[in-house]
Amino acid sequence: MSQARADGFVVFDRVQKSYDGEILVVKDLNLSMPKGEFLTMLGPSGSGKTTCLMMLAGFETATHGEILLDGKPINNIPPHKRGIGMVFQNYALFPHMTIAENLSFPLEVRGLGKSEREAKITRALDMVQMVSFANRRPAQLSGGQQQRVALARALVFEPELVLMDEPLGALDKQLREHMQFEITNLAHTLGITTVYVTHDQTEALTMSDRVAVFNDGRIQQLAPPEDLYERPENSFVAQFIGENNKLDGVVETIKGEHCTVRLDDGTLVDAQPVNVSSVGERTRVSIRPERVESNPERLHPDAHLVDAEVLEFIYMGDTFRFRLKVAGRDDFVMKYRNAQDQRRLAAGDKIRIGWRPEDCRALDA
Amino acid sequence: MTTDTASQDMRGGEPLKRSLGRALRRQKARALLLIAPLLIFICLGFLMPIASMLFRSVENGIVEEILPNTVSALDVWDVDSTELPPESVFRALVEDLQVAIPERTALNVARRMNFEAAGFTTMVRRAQREVPGWDLETDGPFRERMIDLHRNWGDLDTWRALKAYSSTLTGGYYLAAVDYTMVSGHIEPMPDNQSLHQMLFWRTAWMSGLICFLALLLGYPVAFLLANIKERNANLLLILVLLPFWTSLLVRTSSWKVLLQDQGVINQILVSAHIIADDNRFQMVNNKFGVIIAMTHILLPFMILPLYSVMKTIPPTYVRAAKSLGANDWTAFWRVYFPQSIPGIGAGAILVFIMAVGYYITPELVGGPSGMFISNRIAHQWYVSGNWGLVGALGTILLVAVMVLYWVYDRVVGIDNVKLG
Repeated sequence: MSQARADGFVVFDRVQKSYDGEILVVKDLNLSMPKGEFLTMLGPSGSGKTTCLMMLAGFETATHGEILLDGKPINNIPPHKRGIGMVFQNYALFPHMTIAENLSFPLEVRGLGKSEREAKITRALDMVQMVSFANRRPAQLSGGQQQRVALARALVFEPELVLMDEPLGALDKQLREHMQFEITNLAHTLGITTVYVTHDQTEALTMSDRVAVFNDGRIQQLAPPEDLYERPENSFVAQFIGENNKLDGVVETIKGEHCTVRLDDGTLVDAQPVNVSSVGERTRVSIRPERVESNPERLHPDAHLVDAEVLEFIYMGDTFRFRLKVAGRDDFVMKYRNAQDQRRLAAGDKIRIGWRPEDCRALDA
Repeated sequence: MTTDTASQDMRGGEPLKRSLGRALRRQKARALLLIAPLLIFICLGFLMPIASMLFRSVENGIVEEILPNTVSALDVWDVDSTELPPESVFRALVEDLQVAIPERTALNVARRMNFEAAGFTTMVRRAQREVPGWDLETDGPFRERMIDLHRNWGDLDTWRALKAYSSTLTGGYYLAAVDYTMVSGHIEPMPDNQSLHQMLFWRTAWMSGLICFLALLLGYPVAFLLANIKERNANLLLILVLLPFWTSLLVRTSSWKVLLQDQGVINQILVSAHIIADDNRFQMVNNKFGVIIAMTHILLPFMILPLYSVMKTIPPTYVRAAKSLGANDWTAFWRVYFPQSIPGIGAGAILVFIMAVGYYITPELVGGPSGMFISNRIAHQWYVSGNWGLVGALGTILLVAVMVLYWVYDRVVGIDNVKLG
């Protein structure tokens, strides 16, 4: 940790937080962010991610541990002296001020002169293409426009660190996707370090350099989006990120990067050991729907195959989804790309499925 | 196609508009029926008294009704004349009195005139003994005989006042309400020793303003606290705020009297603690101080409640946002929180001010002469003098003043911005 403490621009060092003195909302949080990184805190509500953000912003104090910003502990610095930009969930644009006045506010409290303020306001509004709205009031803008202004206001005083608390939660899907792109673009162009909180995993995966998956007050996995999806380190992350099939069983053989798992109904499947180390251990294997193969010819001849019955076929446009009955469970999902030569299975069809061992991860039970 | 449209427009031969109108009318009638009891009550208990007040403030039929001949005979006489009215007027007066005295209405008109100029009742009382015995044809001329009865009948001012206040509708009560009179036939200010109303209106206004300001000063932090603590604690605190509501106004006012009077709790404590001398007790009651203290306390909930309801709707993220943008606590409050609480201040202020302007019981009990409000004067005019016209005029001025204030307020703050709950 001492190495990380020295390197990180934002560092959480063994941080704990409790509101009532009994339950820890944040348990032993360690996190180090390099300058310029876009890090997302992802997790279900109540997982402690917003609390972490509020501690960083200074609205909550850590019960234990230290938070460092650019090498300096900030536990005792009040929020207004931290110089951290923040975008709030409902934008929190001051309703009694015009857009220009909203942006002027952080500059005024910093004692900047009028001409300097105006130049900065124009530059910030230009960044989000909102210059022509300078004299409107927040209530006269649409949700997306308010979002842009909120972003401009958080950036106008040129902070090095910007915090965003579910900023796109109130927007519709299309606008949200557009804003995701704009925010990451802006953050990377300006080289700002960003901590982004969301419970939307798509948002986390598409926007971030790294994602910290929170659950139960701890970071479950801190990794780039690809690692998180392809190589989840535990069942929670596997379940939380993307769609996932889970099958419970016991490790039968284990050899290097390959193991076999005897499922509870007696079926034997291939997997890659991740959180298991010995034969006889209980495990939960996890496999993505798009990695399930129904054409045994494409698999290794030694691959173990599993009997499955098609329960349902769902046409989703770009993909076909099949709900299968596998090893006694009827929520097993298989997904195909919609291609011309793709087989269409019908409900009631009996098929045999399998997968490459590296696509199936044996995690904690 | 055309037949389709036609059949759509004609439902069973009836145009769509008419059938819609009928359906809506039925709905409206039902709605009206629901509010009818309250509507009738308001009409009888609120609108009619106000209309009656407005009417009484200008109504002056009594003089012409009881002295019809005198009033018409006075037509020929000019108020600026230095001569007494001619004999015909005196003769008409005797004629009127001979009818009015047996009907026992002569004193009514005398009382009416007494509101404007003293002496009329004495003049009529004297006349009551003699005039009925006079023969209209043989006992004249009457000028000298009347002046013999009471020398005021020979006074020009008597006749000027009578002429000035003889019309069926008069502005005289309004003049009196703002300390003017037209007893001389011309509008002129009342002598200083009789001028009271302007001063009372002004006192009522500034004291209400001060009470309103004090209530805001005391209420704002309480409302802020209420809006920013945990719901459970807020409810408890709110009960404390509302507690006075469940206590009689009279009890609250009286308890202030108990606290503030010379031998009251506060003075006794200060004396026994040797902070003030026994013969130098604070005069805290029967003056403006007592009224301000008691009324601020009594009206405080009316300031706190609208403030609280507005503050509750201000999300805490605004202040957080302000702080994250670099504002310290005070700047965040003053530039971001306070402006958003202004609708509550507006609502509370207008409510407290309007209630204070019309307050009666508290100034009556703890005000004394120097703490008296205009409403106390109105009450006095009513049950002591019975001068309904002046009561109406004072009341109407108060009503109009409040309405004008409300209008100005609407123009400045905008009544839509006011939130009461």
